[in-house]
Amino acid sequence: MCTVCGCSDLVTADGKVMTHDEAHRLGLAHSHARAFPSEAVSLPFPHVQATAAPHHGNRHHYGTGPAGVSVPGMSQARLIEVETSILAKNDAIAAANRRVLKALGVLALNLVSSPGSGKTTLLCRTIEELGDVPLAVIEGDQQTSADADRIRATGARAIQINTGKGCHLDAQMVGHAIDDLRPRPNSYLFIENVGNLVCPAAFDLGEDAKVAILSVTEGEDKPLKYPDMFTAAQLAILTKLDLAPHCDADLAAYEANLRRVNPAIHVLRLSTRSGEGMQDWLDWLRARLAEKAA
Amino acid sequence: MHEMSLAEGIRDIVWDQSRLHGFARVTVLRLEIGRFAGVEKPALEFAFDVVMRGSPAEGARLEMIDLPGRALCYDCRMTVEIADRFDPCPLCGSGRLLPAGGDEMRIKDMEVA
Repeated sequence: MCTVCGCSDLVTADGKVMTHDEAHRLGLAHSHARAFPSEAVSLPFPHVQATAAPHHGNRHHYGTGPAGVSVPGMSQARLIEVETSILAKNDAIAAANRRVLKALGVLALNLVSSPGSGKTTLLCRTIEELGDVPLAVIEGDQQTSADADRIRATGARAIQINTGKGCHLDAQMVGHAIDDLRPRPNSYLFIENVGNLVCPAAFDLGEDAKVAILSVTEGEDKPLKYPDMFTAAQLAILTKLDLAPHCDADLAAYEANLRRVNPAIHVLRLSTRSGEGMQDWLDWLRARLAEKAA
Repeated sequence: MHEMSLAEGIRDIVWDQSRLHGFARVTVLRLEIGRFAGVEKPALEFAFDVVMRGSPAEGARLEMIDLPGRALCYDCRMTVEIADRFDPCPLCGSGRLLPAGGDEMRIKDMEVA
């Protein structure tokens, strides 16, 4: 159901069939199959979602959770078949995010790694190298807006999500951030997840691909220790390549272990400091954006 | 991993189901957990007890049913059952396996009153 006007029907907007809610999120003109509830008639268009995240400015806060609501029930002992994934709610919101991003031709990448692998540094360098291409960044951290501040210093648009005690971004947080950022058509959306190689693997955000960042100081066996994340990723980037000789990093062993947990994974080697490998990464990005926009 | 989030997901579904079917209390809740789901069962049991307080599933018995791990073998191209994430293919011995199942985390059913 549309959270703005209460309409539950599919609509056609910009030549594409989508849910009513998605048309609002995309800011597209569309017709209403039935009348607005009276209190919503005068809403300006495009209008703000009724269920916006708690936020001020461009920081969203998820540190406090809402209490449940009480609902009375009738009593009768019985077995109810549920057969529902525990993450079904997240997956449904992720699917909605994915439809919105597809309609806009936005390439969304979910950057995952342990803390300190160089995600933000890689992003800042990537933004500089991409030049005038429109892009937006969603930054996830438990606390502070330090990363979004670094991204905004490059001139790019960024929203910081603070997860509070949370260990990962979920689809709803990213959906609200997308609504606020309003990514431009045929642009990049980089989602820098909370630095954590465990939990973000299970939470679909609606992205096109997970990109796992692994720095050469972390140990060749890391893909074996945290297989879920590297299994979920389409691309792995070995970063801090300039440090490899100083810490006796065995790059072939890194790649072999990545392929052991995920035979299909694509691997790039890169140093933001020296610039080595940046071109391969930019080529990969441009090819994926061209596929998405096609 | 994130057992508290999982317990919150279960609580949301419990509330949805209680509205749908009109029950007041869940007595038993059965989950199916894949071997590769990465769920730490004692942690989920602890989180379940805490998170369900005040919901229809407060005090419910939690049962977890294990589902096998399945993987696609890149060499013999068969889908096989494996017990451990890094086990070789039981058919051809290859180590190039991609998990193809066993990451399930779902509520199978619940007994309600």
